[in-house]
Amino acid sequence: MTLITRPNLPDADGFLAELQAAHRGLAEAESAALNARLVLILANHVGSRAALSEALALAVRTGARGPSAPSRSPEDT
Amino acid sequence: MPYVHRRFPYRSPPGLTAPEPRHPVVIVGAGPVGLALALDLARRGQRVTVLDDNDVVSVGSRAICWSKRSLEILDRLGVGERCLAKGVTWKVGRTFHRDTQVFEFDLLPEAGHKMPAFVNLQQYYVEEYLAEAALASPLIELRFRNRVEGLAVGEDHVRLGVGTPEGPYAIEADWLVACDGARSPVRRMLGLEFAGELFEERFLIADIEMKADFPAERRFWFEPTFHPGQSALLHKQPDDIWRIDLQLGWDADPEAEKRPERVIPRIERMVGHRDFRLDWVSVYTFQCRRLARFVHGRVIFAGDSAHVVSPFGARGGNGGLEDAAGLGWRLAAVLSGRAEAAILAAYDRERTFAADENILNSSRATRFISPAPGAERLFRDAVLALAAEADFARPMVNSGRLSRPCVYPLGAPDDPRLPPAARPGAVAPDAPQGNGWLTEALGMEATLLAIGAEPPATGLRTLRAEINAAVADRYLGQSDRALYLVRPDQVIAARWVAAGAAEVEAAAQALWREPA
Repeated sequence: MTLITRPNLPDADGFLAELQAAHRGLAEAESAALNARLVLILANHVGSRAALSEALALAVRTGARGPSAPSRSPEDT
Repeated sequence: MPYVHRRFPYRSPPGLTAPEPRHPVVIVGAGPVGLALALDLARRGQRVTVLDDNDVVSVGSRAICWSKRSLEILDRLGVGERCLAKGVTWKVGRTFHRDTQVFEFDLLPEAGHKMPAFVNLQQYYVEEYLAEAALASPLIELRFRNRVEGLAVGEDHVRLGVGTPEGPYAIEADWLVACDGARSPVRRMLGLEFAGELFEERFLIADIEMKADFPAERRFWFEPTFHPGQSALLHKQPDDIWRIDLQLGWDADPEAEKRPERVIPRIERMVGHRDFRLDWVSVYTFQCRRLARFVHGRVIFAGDSAHVVSPFGARGGNGGLEDAAGLGWRLAAVLSGRAEAAILAAYDRERTFAADENILNSSRATRFISPAPGAERLFRDAVLALAAEADFARPMVNSGRLSRPCVYPLGAPDDPRLPPAARPGAVAPDAPQGNGWLTEALGMEATLLAIGAEPPATGLRTLRAEINAAVADRYLGQSDRALYLVRPDQVIAARWVAAGAAEVEAAAQALWREPA
């Protein structure tokens, strides 16, 4: 496994907010195009074909329809 | 000046009046691949008969970009220097998005090769030179206006029904090689599946004659202002002929788009004036297909009859000439009794591998040029948008990855200290030797090339290379000596820093034997 799947991003909440802010006000097609450019930029930065293939497989797998992931227990909320 | 198509002579074949003795090998199709194979076999002492249903060279420029490998193959057949002298040498390609350059490539950045990366030369010239050489060979019989009309494949021969202007006749051949093009009648008569993919896109392809001072470069545009939303290609050919490809979209009406009143304004917007003459116009749909196997008993396929690709990357004509080079020495060895017919399996294995690589590259380019709506289009446009600003995206802009010979997976003796460019399975890189070139010195025979090393005493033809900077760089790397076994098609078969006679001879014998 080359792909890092444990938490690795400092200020992950901040990044998610920044990503959402970048999409604010965009039409769906503009949003899709922005994501496409971002994927290519990040892929180049990652620079590992093996990690990218694993990332792609993870993205495909988690988007597949089927039983949803186990929900968290109530005391975590 | 428009090219003048001369007619080749038709002569009454002897089979019209009396049965002919069985032919060792009959080639169907006197295009570049069939003629190159005929010349290759004749240079190896084999008698060849070539049948062609026509009596003129190709109409329209068709294949125009001839790779370094093709030029080296043509050179061994005696026509490489003519092609080089007549052709337009180029090595730089520029790709534009809208009207801004986003990518540039230089295909041969280093010196010390006899042949350039590419020359542009209309297919009719290449066919003309090959046909003249074939007509001059006492071992080649060219039968024009001889159309194959029937085929019966036996265990050890093929029987052909042939139509001529004077009526039909029949001949038999030990081997039949179908070089009869993308719509191969031989393939159809055998009922073989030609599986692959059709791209739902149409391209206008035109040759125009005009005086222009554009440089000898390949120029490709995505979404240029002169042809909004589509792609365009401009390539220089000899005789002031320019090749233009214009993407039209799947909905275009091919018949209507071929009419001069439609074509001329499109080209006028591209070149900026109307001072040109249309030489040839065609509307194409591209396909990538191949036969599952190229050898079917006594029938062998080579060139477009075996595999077709879309033209972006110039992998059709060049792939076909590589087929001829990969087949000629093996078929000659079978015909002369030096090797068993089983070695033709190696031709099939290597050239289906090469066809897959060519199909992969040309399919990717075609998808980039003509993406399907949705995500394919989204990512294509993302690459083009990024390429204007970000270095990393520029090499992702794919207007065609130009033909290079593949490296055959041979699993042969190798030494990791030697440079990767000359590894087993690769074409032997050229280098200066004396007043000539290594590719000339290697010739058409299996050769043991000794570089800075005393060659072991073997039965092989041996060549001692003169060491210069190019040889050291391409063949030695960090080593001070090496031995290379080079096949008759100038592909490297095996190499060693040091080896004894037994090792070298074992590798040489493996060339003529197919492992069980």
